[in-house]
Amino acid sequence: MTGPTYAPNAAITEDIESCLAAHQHKTMLRFITCGSVDDGKSTLIGRLLYDSRMIFDDQLAALESDSKRVGTQGEEIDFALLVDGLSAEREQGITIDVAYRFFSTEKRKFIVADCPGHEQYTRNMVTGASTADCAVILVDARKGVLDQTRRHSFLCHLLGIRHFVLAVNKMDLIDFDQPAFEHIVADYRAFANGIGIEDFAAIPISGLKGDNIASRSDVIDWYEGPALLDYLETVPVRTELSRNQPFRMPVQWVNRPNLDFRGFAGLIASGTVSPGNRIRVLPSGTQSSIASIVTFDGEVDKAIVGQSVTLTLADEVDCSRGDVIADADDPPQTADQFEATIVWLDEDAMVPGRAYALKLAAGTVSATVQRPKYEINVNTMEHLATKALELNAIGVAELTTDKPIVFEPYAENRQLGGFILIDKLTNRTVGAGMLHFSLRRAQNVHWQAIDITREEHARLKNQKPLVLWFTGLSGSGKSTIANEVEKRLNLMNRHTFLLDGDNIRHGLNKDLGFTEPDRIENIRRIGEVARLMADAGLIVLTAFISPFRAERRMVRDMLPEGEFVEIYVDTPLEVAERRDAKGLYKKARSGELKNFTGIDSPYEAPENPDVRVNTVEMTAEEAADHIIAQIMPLK
Amino acid sequence: MTQPLTHLQRLEAESIHIMREVVAEAERPVMLYSIGKDSAVMLHLARKAFHPSSPPFPLLHVDTTWKFRDMYALREKAALEAGMELLVHRNPEAEQRGINPFDHGPLHTDMWKTQGLRQALDTYGFDAAFGGARRDEEKSRAKERVFSFRSASHGWDPKNQRPELWNLYNARKNRGESFRVFPLSNWTELDIWQYIMAEGIEIVSLYFAALRPTYEWEGGLFVADDPDRLEQVLGHRPELIERSVRFRTLGCWPLTGAVESEAGTPAQVVREMLLTTTSERQGRTMDADHGGAGMERMKREGYF
Ligand SMILES: Nc1nc2c(ncn2[C@@H]2O[C@H](COP(=O)(O)OP(=O)(O)O)[C@@H](O)[C@H]2O)c(=O)[nH]1
Repeated sequence: MTGPTYAPNAAITEDIESCLAAHQHKTMLRFITCGSVDDGKSTLIGRLLYDSRMIFDDQLAALESDSKRVGTQGEEIDFALLVDGLSAEREQGITIDVAYRFFSTEKRKFIVADCPGHEQYTRNMVTGASTADCAVILVDARKGVLDQTRRHSFLCHLLGIRHFVLAVNKMDLIDFDQPAFEHIVADYRAFANGIGIEDFAAIPISGLKGDNIASRSDVIDWYEGPALLDYLETVPVRTELSRNQPFRMPVQWVNRPNLDFRGFAGLIASGTVSPGNRIRVLPSGTQSSIASIVTFDGEVDKAIVGQSVTLTLADEVDCSRGDVIADADDPPQTADQFEATIVWLDEDAMVPGRAYALKLAAGTVSATVQRPKYEINVNTMEHLATKALELNAIGVAELTTDKPIVFEPYAENRQLGGFILIDKLTNRTVGAGMLHFSLRRAQNVHWQAIDITREEHARLKNQKPLVLWFTGLSGSGKSTIANEVEKRLNLMNRHTFLLDGDNIRHGLNKDLGFTEPDRIENIRRIGEVARLMADAGLIVLTAFISPFRAERRMVRDMLPEGEFVEIYVDTPLEVAERRDAKGLYKKARSGELKNFTGIDSPYEAPENPDVRVNTVEMTAEEAADHIIAQIMPLK
Repeated sequence: MTQPLTHLQRLEAESIHIMREVVAEAERPVMLYSIGKDSAVMLHLARKAFHPSSPPFPLLHVDTTWKFRDMYALREKAALEAGMELLVHRNPEAEQRGINPFDHGPLHTDMWKTQGLRQALDTYGFDAAFGGARRDEEKSRAKERVFSFRSASHGWDPKNQRPELWNLYNARKNRGESFRVFPLSNWTELDIWQYIMAEGIEIVSLYFAALRPTYEWEGGLFVADDPDRLEQVLGHRPELIERSVRFRTLGCWPLTGAVESEAGTPAQVVREMLLTTTSERQGRTMDADHGGAGMERMKREGYF
């Protein structure tokens, strides 16, 4: 086998015109390469870049000198050096993140997600696989199918990749032996069929020598299939497949340059669209039809999946960011309870019951995840019982969103079935998930539009609904102050209601204890009740310790901007403990009472409360006056 | 049966999607506009993304006073045509101290660009800044996120970047924190040229070959855009030779190397690119100053 010579493609010099045209019309394929350390992944990618002439003279010169200095190939070129990245990694000789590489041939542009195979593998690999059309699974011919091979294949399949290449590398080290290759392929097939990979292409290669990479190898004459690059140039791209599905477009942004124009901008998630098509706006369910497809270059009569467009509708309908415009006869489902596979990406483990922000397509809602049904061991595919998901864990769980969302099962539509979870306090992306199905038959029940709106309820009561959320330690004075505030509001003819331990813990929440998940659920229910009362136009006062920031934040997010007022009753622990009106601190100190806030369970003080009061420097009456002055300033 | 989308159509759709996400989620976005070809493509995509509205954010040029004259001319024109406000920021301290590429080497880039950019972002309180960087430009950029998170002091921590799955970008942040957003992440130099050719995008004429007064400096070929100023700083007038040259990338004229070329149109440039054997950044002296890890260090400090 002679290596490719580094010279311009003959075709380019000869027929530049047709070559330019071909380059202009190529398609784009995204693929991921997976392999364990030292299987030859970097070498393979370097080789692909080199063979497709993406390496320039100056880079080649640098590569040659680097190869001699730090390479592993003696005097020969070490292609792996082409694809290393950040300096810290270079020193350690490992790659620690997903890197994207680019090369192109006349037929296609390729984007390669290069994921390393060590500890952070799950997080990196799901990231790389989430956008890939195809996976190249690398195995070392001397080692055959390993745990890692199975784990990588499983993750790629989980993320919805349907085209697999089993690239058996380092064939040069086993003398290009056919039976050994066949043995590895049979091994892999047995596993692949087991996890639902229907088909894969098996290609014997040598990344180092270039066999079966850009062109068929002369040495491996017993192999009849395509070279790796041939395969990659012809495997179907995903958008080609979702063209025939019904039309869906999540609305990203409403374009209103003036009163006469209202366009809905978004990326088409599936299907095609033309003016005149009947559509439905979800979740409201309102019907209309497409008036025009507006682009910078004029109106067009058709747009297809994968394009970013702006649509105008024939009727004035309510439609905003996060809504989905879809085929009227075949709309996606709307639901608020799901089963999903969740991959945990953060150092802090998932907390069942905690509210996270969930972003799916163009919409963000609040979501809580239940305790996982099971976790999947990615090496053995076994299902394990678990309480929560740690970094890199994958599990199946039920989740609930605070508002119904428009979705499709991930297997049918990645754009409407894939989501990320965001921690509301740190703002980190902590999880990623794939929706399976909705748990309630909300399928065709579209959210019923109510004629008497919350605005009307409030108008009749001549007030702005509020939730005055008192938080603080046990014995800090929450109930006393809340009671004083309610008396004053009552005198001002406001319609109020006070929720506190007595009317909640003995009724609605009598099934809950004081463990962390129960405390979270307690606050969630109180939040929901407070929200309903605010919807009815009331001013709600709540007096609960509510020790966790995340849960107070969750309630804030349930309500319209400005209606949640966090009031921090900032009485120091010593003072509260000294008062010990109900003798609880004493019991907690003696160990008789477990999980007591301030003693053996944390209290997370508000960082920026809307109002702060203190019962050391002021009386309960003064505190109440102060609160009234803050929330109802005199005009 | 309709044709599948071409690679340029997919790249275009992706960039537009990214820009719309930023506008929907950020409070005060801005587009960094360097007047180069990547900026030209980015601006063109922004016009497409928000049509018939004008792009709903201003353009910001962080100036060094050492750009080519042709660049300054196109800057005003491009902003006007797009119907966008143009903000120009020059680091007052660098201006006052007369910082220049000849005497001050790396300090020139640091003060004018790195510091200048931070000053501008802080002054206007921008919380998301579009930049035209591409992942194919440099090894350390291959891992850069599309939404690159910056601390309140504009720092970039490679270990603390958010995973990006599908096309879901997490744009949540606390007050003072910000994002640099790179809508052209997945474009290559060749894609940029093909797109310029296909869309007829106007770019600075310096990208096309013409006879220009050139001089050699530290092994590179440069164009004397302002011979008088050059003489002033160098203390002598270098020998100027007319050569047919073009630029593959544009920055400060004393720092941007030219290549000899006959390509006078986008098609001819693409043709040269398909035949070319040297990489794009070779013309820039910036990376060489810091060794291979130069870009990464600058990024940590807040330069793109
Ligand atoms: N003989 C032989 N060696 C290879 C081949 N591919 C990679 N290698 C060597 O295997 C080692 C690990 O390769 P590298 O590409 O760094 O692996 P990575 O960790 O998967 O990126 C290096 O010494 C390579 O030169 C191959 O096809 N044949």
